[in-house]
Amino acid sequence: MGFKEQSVQFIDSKRVANSRGDVLWRWLTLFLLVFFAVVMVTPFIWLLSSSLKTQIDIFQYPPQLFPDPVVPENYIYALTYKPFGIYFRNTVFVAGMNVIAVVFTSSFCAYGFARMRFPGRDFWFGIVMATLFLPYAVLLVPSFIIFSRLGWIDTFLPLVVPPFFGGGAFNIFLMRQFFRTIPEEIADAARIDGCSEFGVYWRIMLPLSKPALITIGIFTFLFAWNDLIGPITYLRSPDNFTIAVGLASFRSQTDIHWDLQLAASTAVTLPVILLFFVAQRYFIQGVVMTGLKG
Amino acid sequence: MTSKAPAAAGLSEFWLTRQYNRLSLKRRRTIIGYVFILPFILGFLLWFLVPALVAAGLTLHKWNLISPPRFVGAFNFNRMLSDPLLAQSLKVTVVFSAISVPLGLVFAFFLANLINTKIRGIAVFRTIYFLPSIVPAVANAILWAWLFNTEFGLINFIIRAFGGPKIGWLQDPSWVMLAFVILTVWGVGGSMIIFLAGLQGIPQIFYEAAEIDGAGRWQRLWHVTLPMMSPIIFFNLVIGFINSFQIFVSALLITNGGPQHATLFLVLYVYRTAFQSQKMGYAAVLSWLLFAILMLLSFIVFRYIGSRVYYENPGD
Repeated sequence: MGFKEQSVQFIDSKRVANSRGDVLWRWLTLFLLVFFAVVMVTPFIWLLSSSLKTQIDIFQYPPQLFPDPVVPENYIYALTYKPFGIYFRNTVFVAGMNVIAVVFTSSFCAYGFARMRFPGRDFWFGIVMATLFLPYAVLLVPSFIIFSRLGWIDTFLPLVVPPFFGGGAFNIFLMRQFFRTIPEEIADAARIDGCSEFGVYWRIMLPLSKPALITIGIFTFLFAWNDLIGPITYLRSPDNFTIAVGLASFRSQTDIHWDLQLAASTAVTLPVILLFFVAQRYFIQGVVMTGLKG
Repeated sequence: MTSKAPAAAGLSEFWLTRQYNRLSLKRRRTIIGYVFILPFILGFLLWFLVPALVAAGLTLHKWNLISPPRFVGAFNFNRMLSDPLLAQSLKVTVVFSAISVPLGLVFAFFLANLINTKIRGIAVFRTIYFLPSIVPAVANAILWAWLFNTEFGLINFIIRAFGGPKIGWLQDPSWVMLAFVILTVWGVGGSMIIFLAGLQGIPQIFYEAAEIDGAGRWQRLWHVTLPMMSPIIFFNLVIGFINSFQIFVSALLITNGGPQHATLFLVLYVYRTAFQSQKMGYAAVLSWLLFAILMLLSFIVFRYIGSRVYYENPGD
C-alpha cells in the first residue's frame, strides 16, 4: 500500500522539520513566562520591601531593594495608629452576614428557577438575566436615598440586609446552572419517599452543591472584604468603618507616611492571599464561573 | 385576652391549610414556586425598582439631604447639558475604556496562551499571573500610587536607569491616563483565567486536524483558537467594558480626580456630586445617564459584535 506509507512519511518528515522550530518556540515561551512573572511579582516585592523600611530609607534615591535596617515595627504602628482591630471585626461581621445571606437565599431562589415549573417563572428569570450586568454604581445614589429615608445611614443594615433578598442576580444564575446539572431522578426518589419541595432543596440539592456554594461564598466574602464604595457611602462614624474605609481614611491622614501606608496595605492583602492558597481550586472555579465581578 | 391570640392564629392556620388542600396540584406548585423565588422578587422591588423610581422623581428636584426636596422642573437636565465637568468626565471615561479594555483583553489572551503550555511548574506561573487581580482595591491604589511616585517610585527609577526622563505620572495630565491603564492591565488575571479555561476546552482534535492540513502556528491560532474562543472573548469584552466604566477606587485614592480633572471618571463625578456637593437631584440625573450609557453600550456590543460570535452548540 504505497499511498498509506507515503502519507505516514509525509507527517513524519513534517515533524522532523518542525522540531527545530519547536525547540526555539519552547525557549521563547519559557523566556516570556519568566519575564512576565517578574513583571507581575515586582510590585509585590516592592510593597513588602518598602513596608519594612524606615521613614528615611523609603525616601532614598536610588531605592534599595533590601531594607536596612528592617523595621517590622511599621506594622505595629500602622495597625495601632487606627483601630484596625475594630475595622477587622466590622468587616468580618459584614462579610460573614453577606456569605450567609448569599449562600442560602441565592440557592433558595435558584431552586425555584431551576426545578419548579409555574406560570411567570420565565418572566422573572428574564428579570434576573436583565439585572445580571447591572453595575452597582448605577444604583449608588438611588439606594442611598432609600436607605436614608429608612434611617439606615451609619448602620451596617444597607450592607447586610439587601443580600438576604436573593443574594444577587449573578449568584442566582450560577446556582441555577449548577442545580440543572444534578440528575432530577435523585429528587424524584426523595419525593416518592414523601419529601416536600423544601425538603428536596434542603436535604438533596444543598448537600450536593457544596463546591458551588463554597465558590460563591468565597467570592462574596472577597467582595465584601474589598468593597470600598458601599461602606464609604453608608458608614459615617469611625467605629463602624470596615477595613477598606479604614485604610482609605488612614491614607488621607498619613499623607507622606508611605512606610506605614504600605505596611497597612500589606497587612490587608495578606489574608486574601492566604485565602487564595487555602482555597485555590474554588478560586479558579469561581473566576471561570463569575468572571471575577467587581 | 392573652389566650385569644394564639387561638386565633391556630384558627387562621387551620383555615389556610384547608384552603391550600383544596387547591389543584398545579396551583400548589405555582404557590411553592413563588415561595422559592419570593426573596428575589421582593429584592428586585425593594432595592431596584423603588429606588430607581424615587431617583427618577428626584431628577426634577433640588435636594441637599438636609432641607426637604424642592421642585425645580428641568433645572437638573439643563445643568447636565451645559456642565463642563460632566463633559470632561465622560471624555476621560470613554478614553480610558477605549484604551484599557482592548489592551487588557489582548494582554489577558496572550498570558492565557503562555500559561497554557505544558511545562513543569506551570502552576506556579499561573498563580503568579493571577495574584495581582485579588489585591484589595484600596491596598492596590496605595501600592500603585507609591510605584508611580515621581521622585522615589520604582517605575521612574527603572525608566531613569535606562536613561529616560523623570515622568510626572500622577501630576501630568497627559501621563496619568497611561498610569491608570498600566495598573488596570496589571490586574488582568481574572479574564486571563477565563481565557485559560476556554483554551483548555477546545478539543485537541481540531488542532490535530489543522496540523495534518498543514496549518502553521499562526494559522491554527487564527482559524481554530480565535473562532472557538469568540464567545469567551465576547464575554470578557462585555465584563471589561462594564468594569472600566465603573473605575472609582483608584481614581478616588490615587489622584482624587486630578490633575486638572484628568481622572475625573464618571462614577467618581457621580459620587462627588451626591456626597461631597450634596446635589442629590443632579446626582440622580447623572445616575440615570450612567445607566443609559451602559444600556446603550451593551446594546451596541451585543448587536454588532455579539452577532459575529461563533457558537459551537447554538441555543444551549
